[in-house]
Amino acid sequence: MPRPEPKRFASEPLPASTLMGAMAFARLSAQRLLTLAGIGMILAGMIFGDVFAVFVLHQNAARAGTSLAAAAQSAAAGDAAAVAAHFKSTGEFLENRGTKVDTHVHLIAFGYLSLMLALVQPWVKLSEAIRRRLAWLLVCGAVLLPVGVFLIHYVGLAYSPLEAIGWASIVADLGGLMVLAATVGYLGGIVQHFRVRQPLPPDNLPGDRSSSSRWLLAGGLLLILTGFIHGAYYAGIDLYRHEAADYSILSQMSAAAAAHNQGQINQSLADYGQLQGDKAVKIAAHAHIIEFGLLAMLLAFFQPYVQLSETWKLRWAMVLLCGSLLLPVCVLLEMKFGLLAGGIADLGGLLVILALLAMWIGILRYTGGIDASLSAPPSGVQR
Amino acid sequence: MSARQILVLGGIALAIFGMSYGLWYAAFAEHQALDGIGHSLASGFQAAAERNSEARESSLLQYRQAKYAYDRQVDVHGHWIGLAMLLIVLAIAFDHVALSEKLKLLLAATLLLGAALFPLGVLMQTWSQGASPRAVAIAGSALVIAALTGIVFGLLRRQAA
Repeated sequence: MPRPEPKRFASEPLPASTLMGAMAFARLSAQRLLTLAGIGMILAGMIFGDVFAVFVLHQNAARAGTSLAAAAQSAAAGDAAAVAAHFKSTGEFLENRGTKVDTHVHLIAFGYLSLMLALVQPWVKLSEAIRRRLAWLLVCGAVLLPVGVFLIHYVGLAYSPLEAIGWASIVADLGGLMVLAATVGYLGGIVQHFRVRQPLPPDNLPGDRSSSSRWLLAGGLLLILTGFIHGAYYAGIDLYRHEAADYSILSQMSAAAAAHNQGQINQSLADYGQLQGDKAVKIAAHAHIIEFGLLAMLLAFFQPYVQLSETWKLRWAMVLLCGSLLLPVCVLLEMKFGLLAGGIADLGGLLVILALLAMWIGILRYTGGIDASLSAPPSGVQR
Repeated sequence: MSARQILVLGGIALAIFGMSYGLWYAAFAEHQALDGIGHSLASGFQAAAERNSEARESSLLQYRQAKYAYDRQVDVHGHWIGLAMLLIVLAIAFDHVALSEKLKLLLAATLLLGAALFPLGVLMQTWSQGASPRAVAIAGSALVIAALTGIVFGLLRRQAA
């Protein structure tokens, strides 16, 4: 087990290696912008996801279920117009849900991309001004896309010049294009770096060997591997069974409606709800464990920039890893233990958010330390 | 080419490919696909209301096909980008992997191949529902898991040392 290193507190002067890294992490540099914006986006995406899970997800699922039940009842009553109306509202509930999930997922994914691009900045053979412009392009696009996606449900097709795509979708696509352009720009810089084979400028991030960094790296990789194995198991055992069941239950439901068989309609509705729940928790567990693993690995590299004592860095790393395991495991148990497991899963999410926030604050303290040391007058000169 | 170069260049290229695919899909295919799913499901139940068994079955079969393709197309976008991000992170972490350069190169190439093949196999399932696309997807995921297991082993060896 890695042993905690000697305590170093924020009030102590920054070590030489840190000051060397400060050159790359200077005020308004691409690396600083991508790092702070990246963690900020991940935090915003996670908080949005938690609020969505607690206040929207279940209520929305219940409404969609009620609409489907009403459509089945209308079909049983032979009222085709009412069936269409109920499916229209079901579609609206599903669109509302889908766009919220997409907002959550894209905000977090762009945060990861931003952090990764911050890490590879020493390999990007472009001038700092171009790298900074690309960073701004990426951050603006990364905010524009989720905001656009979030608004799709509310804006709809109002004033849209196109038949099927509204303004919010167009804005979201523009955001995606901006992120894509920035990533292509950075790839060009990296290719250029590998072509000219220049030595790398000093960067103390990837080489960090602190306890918190090693725990996050190993823990993150194990979480990802677990997620992949779970995903492979899901694809092999559940995926095709779920798809077949989705069709057969809906087929039974519609046949029961045509035959006016109320008992079978109710049974099919219950089966369909159960199936959707089973599918949702398995996919959510798979996605979250891998995402948290990736986050832990990324944060491992940023530990030199987290200006907290080694003991506290290790504690926050442990909190992040515990939350990262707790959430997906409890999400999987939700079908068996219901709200109890759901509550513990939310707690796991909260632990991850708290740890991430603590590390973000640590990085902000580091940037403050750099700015203060760079703007301080030389020793011996009094203000 | 070094293991790190394979991972970082392959990862960013894969991310760009996944994003381009997602952008194309969102702009030109997703809305139509969602409309198709909703329309066929509603038509199935409307046919049930009209007691038209043949139309009901045909609409629900259309719903099944449309949903099958939609789920996979969204999965492809997510998995290509997700795996690309993993490749970039591992490129940065590769100094921590205590294995020979030759083995690291093999692991990097295996991981990149698996990361490209697995979503491709899933995408191919939307064109053909035969055994070959599934075999490609399974082979891709097996390559990813095998390479990742090797990297975890190398990383834990370094931790122990």
